[in-house]
Amino acid sequence: MFNGRDVVYCYDGSFDGLLCCVFESFVRRETPLGVVGGAQEQLTLSDTLYIPTVPERAARVAAAVPKKISPHVWELIRIAFLTFGEDKDLIILKYLQKGFKAGEAIENMLADDTVNALNKAVLHCTNEAHRMKQFIRFSDFDGYLAAVIEPKNKVIPLIADHFTDRYRNENFLIYDETHRMALVYQSHMAEIVYDISFELPAASAEEERYRELWKSFYDTISIKERYNPRCRMTMMPKRYWGHMTEFSMNEFAENDKKSAAESLDVKQPLPPDVTPE
Amino acid sequence: MDMFEKLKILGESAKYDSSCTSSGVDRKGGNSDGIGSAASCGLCHSFAADGRCISLLKILMTNYCLYDCKYCINRRSNDVPRARFSPDEIADLTINFYRRNYIEGLFLSSGIIQSPDYTCEQMIEALSILRNKYKFYGYIHAKTIPGADPELINRLGTLADRISVNIELPSQKSLNTLAPDKSKSSILLPMGHITNKIKENSYEIVKYKAAPKFAPAGQSTQMIIGATPDTDFQILRLSEAMYGKYRLKRVFYSAYIPVGDQKLLPPAGTKPPLLREHRLYQADWLLRFYGFKAEEILDEQHQEFNPLLDPKCNWALHHPECFPVEINKAPYEMLLRVPGIGVKSAQKIVTARRQAKLDYADLRKLGVVLKRANYFILCLGKRAEGLIVTETGIMRQLMSASTVKDLEQKGGFEQLSFFESEKPASILPALPSLPTVEDAVKCLTGEM
Repeated sequence: MFNGRDVVYCYDGSFDGLLCCVFESFVRRETPLGVVGGAQEQLTLSDTLYIPTVPERAARVAAAVPKKISPHVWELIRIAFLTFGEDKDLIILKYLQKGFKAGEAIENMLADDTVNALNKAVLHCTNEAHRMKQFIRFSDFDGYLAAVIEPKNKVIPLIADHFTDRYRNENFLIYDETHRMALVYQSHMAEIVYDISFELPAASAEEERYRELWKSFYDTISIKERYNPRCRMTMMPKRYWGHMTEFSMNEFAENDKKSAAESLDVKQPLPPDVTPE
Repeated sequence: MDMFEKLKILGESAKYDSSCTSSGVDRKGGNSDGIGSAASCGLCHSFAADGRCISLLKILMTNYCLYDCKYCINRRSNDVPRARFSPDEIADLTINFYRRNYIEGLFLSSGIIQSPDYTCEQMIEALSILRNKYKFYGYIHAKTIPGADPELINRLGTLADRISVNIELPSQKSLNTLAPDKSKSSILLPMGHITNKIKENSYEIVKYKAAPKFAPAGQSTQMIIGATPDTDFQILRLSEAMYGKYRLKRVFYSAYIPVGDQKLLPPAGTKPPLLREHRLYQADWLLRFYGFKAEEILDEQHQEFNPLLDPKCNWALHHPECFPVEINKAPYEMLLRVPGIGVKSAQKIVTARRQAKLDYADLRKLGVVLKRANYFILCLGKRAEGLIVTETGIMRQLMSASTVKDLEQKGGFEQLSFFESEKPASILPALPSLPTVEDAVKCLTGEM
């Protein structure tokens, strides 16, 4: 039904925009070579086709997916949109092309390349969201909680419910440094804000005290006869350590102090304990 | 004494308790006052340098203790610094850690001071402050105090999500020698009481919406491995009974780490039997998720685990009549018995084969690890292409990477014969006798 065509679709980067690309591909009965969202400049030998975002068209696709394929697939697509793979847009488009043909059965076609690629991306994203629930560390600034994260996927929409429910009577902010977006929860209202930047203010004495208490507990609880750094790294990749109280923050500061005290040379910041994965 | 010192002492004393799970109860905060929620999958908030999960603030209320259990670091006769948290301090610390997302909740245990009843009351006090003053909806695991009044245990159970009674050692005989203040009945009695209470409560909450929930995440226990001569088979049978009769959610095994010199115990400096503990957990999983019975894994003649192979591989090698299985036809239960195929893989296979016949490339796409499974499966009636079936080849694939490395360093591959006949196993399955456990142990550990 769909012919491969040497063309790249460009859209505005919004979810609705991507749905319009899907719409367009059905009108033209074709599978493009690529789909590119947002402001990315595409260097390509293929033709590019700019797909405008038309809310009515997006709404038609949005209504059709849960009805003609399944509500579960609709959920998958929405999560897939948050993933970071370069070709995620094309995978979503291909998945929907197949999905409208196969119907609900697409969910079980695990050995199909497109289905497999989408499922893998979604799994990576939901796994990372789970890790964020585990490893986010808040600091208290005069009763206001704030945390900084650095995820690969845009996980904030996936963790928002968890934290707004858990800290329902607090005011808090989770800032995603990678995507410059944040979840702001204030007076029982949650909002996701885009294109901002934020830095944690200096910690108060009381905040420092709880950080130190936690670090001391963390060091105490480990049994030295069972030392197993590899297991720890598997369960808690070093990529996340940078923003975790038990490793970061004061540790670097202390290392700096130590190195300054030991030698009076020009103070060189020690390499951080964090290596990219 | 300041908070730092107390937390150090009371965290130190609690760390040998291996259970630190926060799973089994799903509780949303909704629009209520207070703070917190509980996720049924549980959340591990950190991992210590030993690789163990830190989910809960695991502390003792106090490490002063009337008892003198030989294996315990907090025994009366041991010369260690002692401390005690007040109920307020416990609640305050829990809330402040919880707000910063350091922890999922509290794990509270205690040494026995004044009397079991008094100790239990103090713990109840701390939990009530958390639940009632701070309206804490997070997870609480409380350890019951042996010998406390059943009524107090009931109150503890309505405040906590999970409660546990440690069985401590795998047999009455071991208890008699090492924990003279405790007896099997004094442990099993409260365990049975809790089991009944949970069952009773499950009827109540059906009848009355507002009935208080009693330990909604169930009951668990723990025992120490390697401090006494009990065999793996005895331990496994005990676990099976506890999962069956007492409906426990988890049994934890903790490799004994020498805590000071005691005549009756392995001397200080003995390495904790981590491999044995690992094998016990593997077998425990087979009991809970894979439909195995203890007698299938070990039996009267073979009371110890094979140190070279995990229990599932070991079982598969001894049941050649069951293999190979056809991936596209085998029932789910049989897929689960293939070495290398776990619950997730088996489920994926069952789902995917509804849509299309699966071959080896498809299995790889599903994420099924074929390293071990290859020898036990057929896809569309065929073995994997290029699969070379030799004696040592199979053993290499079936053993864990670290075991292979150990054996190679010690030149163990030449010495070990896993099969009765010397000719290569050309057609699988045509297998084996038990690997000689004694040789294997020597190979692995040198002098153990």
